[in-house]
Amino acid sequence: MKLDTVALVETPEGTDLHADLVGLLPRALAYIVDFSIRAGIIFALWIFAIFLGGTGWGLFLIVFFLLEWWYPVYFEVFRGGQTWGKRIYKIKVVSDDLTPIRLGPSLIRNLLRSADIFPSFYGVGILCILTTRRFQRLGDLAAGTVVIYSENEVHDTSALNAVSAVTPHHPIGEDQQMAFINFALNRGNMSQERQEEIAEIIRPRLPLNADRASDYVRGVGKWLLGAK
Amino acid sequence: MKQTEFENRYTAFWSEMETFFDQASSLASSEQDDKRAAQIAAFPKNYRLLCQHLAMAKSRRYAAGLITRLNNLVQQGYETLYGQSINKRASIIDFLIYGFPAALRSNGNCLWLAAAVFVLPYVAMMAAVMLNDQIIYSVMDAESVRSMESMYDPELRKLGRERQSDTDIYMFGYYIENNIGIGFRSFAMGIFAGIGSLVILAYNGLVIGAVSGHMTALGFVDTFYPFVIGHGSFELTAIVFSGAAGLKLGFSLLAPGSHTRLKALQIAAKDAIKIMYGVFVMLLIAAFVEAFWSSSSTMPNAVKYSVGALLWVFVYYYCFFFARSRVAHYQSRHVS
Repeated sequence: MKLDTVALVETPEGTDLHADLVGLLPRALAYIVDFSIRAGIIFALWIFAIFLGGTGWGLFLIVFFLLEWWYPVYFEVFRGGQTWGKRIYKIKVVSDDLTPIRLGPSLIRNLLRSADIFPSFYGVGILCILTTRRFQRLGDLAAGTVVIYSENEVHDTSALNAVSAVTPHHPIGEDQQMAFINFALNRGNMSQERQEEIAEIIRPRLPLNADRASDYVRGVGKWLLGAK
Repeated sequence: MKQTEFENRYTAFWSEMETFFDQASSLASSEQDDKRAAQIAAFPKNYRLLCQHLAMAKSRRYAAGLITRLNNLVQQGYETLYGQSINKRASIIDFLIYGFPAALRSNGNCLWLAAAVFVLPYVAMMAAVMLNDQIIYSVMDAESVRSMESMYDPELRKLGRERQSDTDIYMFGYYIENNIGIGFRSFAMGIFAGIGSLVILAYNGLVIGAVSGHMTALGFVDTFYPFVIGHGSFELTAIVFSGAAGLKLGFSLLAPGSHTRLKALQIAAKDAIKIMYGVFVMLLIAAFVEAFWSSSSTMPNAVKYSVGALLWVFVYYYCFFFARSRVAHYQSRHVS
């Protein structure tokens, strides 16, 4: 099985659209946030119902029912596929062709939640997310939905402002060009030591006057992007 | 073309599209000025241009960050162009009148099986309890049986309630939370090869059958049956329907036909959920009738029996006989 966290869809315009699929942990965390919100509302209403008596308990049960079954449906259909928890973790539910989810599929995936919860603590759902290629629980499989990241990190060339472009001293193949460029743009998530360590791998191929390997690689990356 | 040159040339256009999508999502409809109208008119063309840019960026192996930016733009454009709104009120009414019966009538096999798995245990248990009143304790504990007996005592002011102080609204909330939950679960558990739905249907058949038998044997006939006849048509029928919808899910996995199991499940779910919309409405009606009508002890039994009988006729006429040609027509237009 090929492991890949990218969902590809071909649009009618003939372009491949891609989205990053969300794994178990962010989904579980978003669920815990939603669960806490719902539990908070239910607790507040519970206090309220104690004072109001019989009729209050009736309203309490109706709200309980709405929160249990319709809370996710409402947010998925009318709030862009995101419950409050999913909004915090910047993830959302979409159809597997990456169009916004509609009422029917949303209801399917949320009614089947009770099968995913089975036997307890989402046992079936967790097993399903861990074993399916697009990290889908039973409800997602039946409804044809996936959970994707709603905000991808966008292009930021400001990291390269301080770098001076370096003309490479011998030809570089296509894949290697990609590696240079991605290294040049990918600064934020690695420590300076780790960057140095990776760049040092090509030390034998560097010109003798190159001082720090990472500066050289980044400079070539900037040159490949078109800077002179 | 080098990446930087490509970016310099088009970045103004991309930023413009980014603000266009931001405004589209924040619904600034009051500012529908000429500029906005022109942007909307030009949107399909601009969207195709974005698609082209994304394809170019990919084939020229531009950096991942740029491709992500373009991909985000195309994603938003794709959602804007192909996303559907559900604000078609006419089609919702059309569905409630014709769509729900159509979904039921095209799934006769599941309905018959679900009905049998509910009704046979019901009848068997009812007969067994009437012959031997100890048998009820095999499906209910003594405490539940006692409280059940107290609910239909002929001396009561409000029927079907454990405490006479419970208000109609409380019972309405209770029936919604409890009964609709049972309906939804008996659908969902069908995904386990149908077994979950079968178990829930048979268990409910056994318990309700046991209660009916027990009440009949005790001689609470004049309180129990007038109580259940009113909402029973909606409630019991809807539970069978939800079980049938669950069985449909299960069968699609057991016998997927010419599709893959996944595809077969998705097709079945799309059809089954149409039954569940109707089940939801039916159980809402049942909760309303049960809380506000069935519980009354001042209404003469003759009225309750005749209204109850009318409701049974109405439910089955609507589901299986009403407007046959129109429903068949609806079915053929919405074939999945």
